[in-house]
Amino acid sequence: MGVKTVINAAGRRVPLQINGQAVVPFKGVGKHRPSGLKYAPPIPSCADFPADGNKLTGSLEEALRKCGLRDGMTISTHHHLRDGDLISNKIFEIASSMGVKDLVWFPSASFPCNDPVIKYLEDGTINRIEGSMNGPLGRFVSEGRMKGTAVLRSHGGRVQAIQDGEVKIDIAVLAAPTADQFGNAKGTGGPSSCGVIGYGKPDSMYASKVIIVTDNLVDFPCYPMEIEGNYVDYVVVADKIGLPEKIVSGTTEITKSPDRILIAELTASFLEKSGILHDGVTMQAGAGGTSLAIGVFIHEILKKKGWKSKYGFGGSTRYMVKMLEEGQMGCILDAQAFDLDAVKSIEKNPDHIPYPVFNAYNYHSKGNLTSMMDIMILGATEIDLNFNANVVTHSDGFLLHGIGGWQNCLHARNVILPVPLFRDRIPVIVDEVTTLCGPGELIDVIVTERGIAINPLRKDLIKKLKGSGLPVVAIKELKDEAEKICGRPQKPEFDERIVAAIKWVDGTVIDVVRKLKNK
Amino acid sequence: MKKVSAGNAGPKVRSDCQIILEPAQRGGIAFDLKSKVKSLYGESIKDLCRQMLHFYGIKNAKVDINDSGALPFVIMARLEAAVRSMTGTESEYLPEMLKENLYKTSAGRTRFSRLYLPGNNPGLMINAGLHQAHGIILDLEDSVAPDRKEEARILVRNALRQIDFRGAERMVRINQGETGFSDLESVIPQNVNLILIPKCETAENVREVEGRITSILKRNKIRNEVFLMPIVESARGVANCYEIAMASESVVAIAVGLEDLTADLGIQRTPEGTETLFARSQIVIAAKAAGIQPIDSVYSDVADIAGLTQNVIKSKNLGFEGMGCIHPRQIRVINNGYAPTEQDIEKARKIVAAYEEAVKNGTGVVAVGSKMIDAPVVKRALKTIELARKTVPGER
Repeated sequence: MGVKTVINAAGRRVPLQINGQAVVPFKGVGKHRPSGLKYAPPIPSCADFPADGNKLTGSLEEALRKCGLRDGMTISTHHHLRDGDLISNKIFEIASSMGVKDLVWFPSASFPCNDPVIKYLEDGTINRIEGSMNGPLGRFVSEGRMKGTAVLRSHGGRVQAIQDGEVKIDIAVLAAPTADQFGNAKGTGGPSSCGVIGYGKPDSMYASKVIIVTDNLVDFPCYPMEIEGNYVDYVVVADKIGLPEKIVSGTTEITKSPDRILIAELTASFLEKSGILHDGVTMQAGAGGTSLAIGVFIHEILKKKGWKSKYGFGGSTRYMVKMLEEGQMGCILDAQAFDLDAVKSIEKNPDHIPYPVFNAYNYHSKGNLTSMMDIMILGATEIDLNFNANVVTHSDGFLLHGIGGWQNCLHARNVILPVPLFRDRIPVIVDEVTTLCGPGELIDVIVTERGIAINPLRKDLIKKLKGSGLPVVAIKELKDEAEKICGRPQKPEFDERIVAAIKWVDGTVIDVVRKLKNK
Repeated sequence: MKKVSAGNAGPKVRSDCQIILEPAQRGGIAFDLKSKVKSLYGESIKDLCRQMLHFYGIKNAKVDINDSGALPFVIMARLEAAVRSMTGTESEYLPEMLKENLYKTSAGRTRFSRLYLPGNNPGLMINAGLHQAHGIILDLEDSVAPDRKEEARILVRNALRQIDFRGAERMVRINQGETGFSDLESVIPQNVNLILIPKCETAENVREVEGRITSILKRNKIRNEVFLMPIVESARGVANCYEIAMASESVVAIAVGLEDLTADLGIQRTPEGTETLFARSQIVIAAKAAGIQPIDSVYSDVADIAGLTQNVIKSKNLGFEGMGCIHPRQIRVINNGYAPTEQDIEKARKIVAAYEEAVKNGTGVVAVGSKMIDAPVVKRALKTIELARKTVPGER
């Protein structure tokens, strides 16, 4: 549509404008340095707020009206209620009934429970989503049915976009498991406890208007407050903000698949033999079945050696909590709780510390927690021969996942991607990734059930692993093996139209997703 | 010709496909392809099917494919099964035999663990070789429903050509009787290392199977050695087990199947296993007398690793030299359990050292500490060291 495109530093063709806004093409890792001042919301005055501190408002609709909800506004939400979120959809239901159009939804992530917003994308209430797009939402976008262009950012990139003023939040609607009438809020307590609500913190500080929605109103002061009432305009009490059984999985489980367990064992063994695992090690792993199994194996090695991890960064799970409680982990810094044991641990254990990504991942922070970490276990849908990886689309070109903290975590000292060589018949290691989300220079090791590939940039690891007995091979060999077994897949065909932009952690455009050709 | 179906589909099925083939008078080959990998492999799946139908001389047909990510050799097996059942043809459409699959095994090789794979379930086969079982059994017998025997046979044949089991002994458990002989026709030309003979009751059972194998090998001009492992699963089998063990040079091991045996005896199987102690000991004695390996029954509770560990210790102490596995997670426990322990190896080393010392000094009397050592003890120690060299990582 006449938008000029250029080839960015990663070799990808990207536009210079998205949704009518100028954007900067990716320049290389750590190369972009925005200057000037951070964005700031309008100046409020306490004289305009009730002297008794009571900001209770009748309903979400009333609060939205008081915030001046109108066409084209940007509405933000956090995703701590995960697949049990009852609030986000409600906002757009209200907006639709008010006849408001062209909103931008800016969630920190979306879940299957948010699929009903497709209705509001279709009726024009929402112009676009800037956040993650999973399942049916991703399909909707890939088919080119969303009016605006989606923008996908990492958790840290979301904070960066807020601070750069790239995204100006008009109204933040923040669900809170516990809050007081002044707007102080936290993630623990009440029927919808989710542990932490740190993803909402930058929204509270930078949005023009802030609404807290809670189903557990307590008398002032609600403490320890993760979101401070000073930033809050209105407090709404709802019957129910979430479905507890879907907020956290009752229990996270390690994988039962023998092939995944093999991958986990190989990963743990690699970490041990490479010397990456040591007394005082720091680490982060996700809540997927394979990651959890790796955590369990690491725990065993630490026990056997009498070592202790200094801290772990969560996404916490019961397996991490076990390491903490049994003394193999000093403390957990936690951005989100994945299961009930993790939520309980946050509530009772002072060494299990809520730690917003605001501090951990943001490109505009004065230092970055992830680059201080020794072990980072991540996933990917595709990895190519240059170790570039994709997490948002599948090989068939459909947008199916968000970036989450994945890009931010690539800055750790040792980034390890344990992945199966193929899923069903779909090879994970390919010639070139369908969508580039992370540059290969940041990805150190790929562990598959059929061999381990080390990035040639990591000469130190290659040397250490010589004679270790581990199946270290060139990444090309893994790719060839996958193709020998699965056959060479045909490539998906795309139209010119850009349906989503993938931002790098610094706000530059690393790649785009194009509309899939109709067949 | 009628409408036919082969293979599996459904929400829980992975890496398989169902093909429904319907004859037609005109219109060429009409596909209805449902596949989760359609955008990546849709064209290649159709091309493969077209090639095969051309090979079979089928010009008009409706082909419905419900695919859950089946690999090409699986699609080939399913389509062949459908074509055979529609037309009655017996001609085979063979995928390439991987050259890495042409290895031989030896009669005396270690057989601590052998992993059972249901013969009509391709999803479990693909990565089976990664888990380091000493043997992989593609099972055509009890794990395959009676009306699926034909398609399983084709699938197993293709798997033997296309899956690299990475050095594991390539085994097939055939059916009893005529079905079993048809199984042999299909699998023997695929470099099978060992055939398991189920519900074996007499030496004659073994010789029959051996005879069939010999004639198939001759007819196909193959000079392979195919070993045999009869499974004794009945009172009659137990009573005849020495003759069974001695029935042929090709018999390298004899296994016991306790589920069927306890059923035959009309008794309950217990965790202690007292009720089958005699039968198991009988198998061990027969095997040792015949100079072959006695192999124990599977442990069926895959979640109970502690129970399995205990079971392996008991089994090893009875004299068994391996057992079946029904889940990859059992493999390591079994491999470690039957391997000599550190103490075993240490003790064996001392005995052998003392023996060598005695030979050197010409004393004729061997002693370790205050204990006198007999010749059989030395022989056993040598066996232990030999076994450790083969099965314990780091032992030479």
